[in-house]
Amino acid sequence: MMTSDRTIPTITIVAALALVLGFVLPEWVLFLSNVAIGKALVVLGLLLLWRCGVVPFGQALFFAGGGYGVGLLGHYYGITDIFILTIVAAAVGGGLSALAGFLLARYRGIFFTMLSMAFSMILYGVLVKTEALGSTDGIGLKRITVLGWQPEEQFELAMYIYAVLLGMICAVLMHVYLQSVPGRLSEPIRGNEVRVEYMGMSVQRLMHINLIIAGIFAGLGGAVTAFSVGHIDPEMAYWTTSGGFVFITILAGTGSVLAPFLGAVIFEVIRTLAFSYVPDYWQIILGGALLLSIFFLPGGLWSLIAMAKGGKKNGLNY
Amino acid sequence: MDSIIEITNLEKSFGSVVAARDINLKVSAGQVIGIIGANGAGKTTFVNMVTGYLKPSSGEIRYQGRDITGLAPEELTRIGLTRSFQIAQVFPALNTRDNVLMAVGATDKFRGRTRFLEPLSTPERYAKTARILEEYDLGSHALQIAGELPQGLRKLLDIAMAVASEPSVILLDEPTSGVSVSAKFETMDKIIGALKANEITALFVEHDMDIVARYADRVLAFVDGTIIADGTPDHVFSDIRVRELIVGEVIERAKADREEDNA
Repeated sequence: MMTSDRTIPTITIVAALALVLGFVLPEWVLFLSNVAIGKALVVLGLLLLWRCGVVPFGQALFFAGGGYGVGLLGHYYGITDIFILTIVAAAVGGGLSALAGFLLARYRGIFFTMLSMAFSMILYGVLVKTEALGSTDGIGLKRITVLGWQPEEQFELAMYIYAVLLGMICAVLMHVYLQSVPGRLSEPIRGNEVRVEYMGMSVQRLMHINLIIAGIFAGLGGAVTAFSVGHIDPEMAYWTTSGGFVFITILAGTGSVLAPFLGAVIFEVIRTLAFSYVPDYWQIILGGALLLSIFFLPGGLWSLIAMAKGGKKNGLNY
Repeated sequence: MDSIIEITNLEKSFGSVVAARDINLKVSAGQVIGIIGANGAGKTTFVNMVTGYLKPSSGEIRYQGRDITGLAPEELTRIGLTRSFQIAQVFPALNTRDNVLMAVGATDKFRGRTRFLEPLSTPERYAKTARILEEYDLGSHALQIAGELPQGLRKLLDIAMAVASEPSVILLDEPTSGVSVSAKFETMDKIIGALKANEITALFVEHDMDIVARYADRVLAFVDGTIIADGTPDHVFSDIRVRELIVGEVIERAKADREEDNA
């Protein structure tokens, strides 16, 4: 029997509440939220790949691609319009993942994981060594404009509104894709590729498409982060950045397109508090949180919500 | 009658080992063909080559007049030639209904019957899935997790998923292996009945000669990678080489199966 799907109304309500909250939250919370949404967009793409049974440890490549696309366009061509820059970031993330996908789509397991990391470290090396790309110092972004208007005093709020709306659109699009025929067929790839092939679907092509989609989302995440931070540097492409995205995916779970947003917010809160109160030991706090999540919530934080709704115990919906 | 499949000089070698050689065959639409042979005779290699799982070393396979030699499984499925497996290939974490629903959705996708980003779960697809499940007597197991189904039902599910791709030809690799001796005829009744009702040409690999004699219009006997006898069941089973090289061995195997089943 078909069951009613309330995901899209839920996304809309959550986004509306977040927008209302934006008008009362202090600037530093808005800034943290923007950074969290930037990460959540990357994790949204990771969720898709995770469901296919692959764990990329190089998603920072496309994240940095989006960020640098935004930064370089402003730096060299003076383009500051948020909509043009967003489209460029998506194109750069998608373009890079389309190229890497020709190779990545052929591999599974540890080979896929390490190959994706290798690609991101190549970009990191190029960024560090190239003066025109800002080298180790990176590049400062020009102030973003919205259709010619430059938000000055309300900059964080404007960026927050943009990030929430973009996050909402991306979550809805990902949900629609996951419910579509190719989206649903992506899940059983992890269980039986041979059967998928004999159902008339090319697994390699499907994986390539999913990699491109994840790359586009990572590029958008890079753009949101760059807009908010106002600076891009090679750290965006470093493997620890990719590790952070994997961390959030484990913490959040892959049971819903809303999980990455929940996971990214919790991750930023833990990191910020740990960094503020125990600056010398913040990594231990983060590592401890990850261990607790793996031991007690193997399906991630979303499994708590799934359990509350009477879903499967591990919060996985496949 | 025009041939739906025409195979010429098909050969497959793995290094110095020749697994299939000199296979020549014409299959007419609507036929049900039993493939017999001892273990290692080349039956599964033959099925794997025709269905794109293995690339032949030489030779040609034509389907509806088109050269399909070496085409990938997904391309063959799209043009109407598919298979089931000796070890049932299902999605073990999904329930029986969703397994078939996936196959129905994939078929709609490659036949261009879906709109961009249309959801998989539509009332039409659920209805079609329910029809297929009923046809293969899987309706009462619709919500059971496929990985927990008994072997016989998993084999039926495997075949139901293959049939969901609306093929003209299906190759079944040992459809009753793992099914208890007492349930073999019942299982084959369902499979062959459904295939005939849908006018699907079938080639099935089988070790049980009673099954072959009862369901096949034509029998191919494989020995050492090639076909040594081809004809009606009576004709092939009366061939002295078949009796010496295949039937004797499978009678022993059938006895062992029955003893295992009784135990």
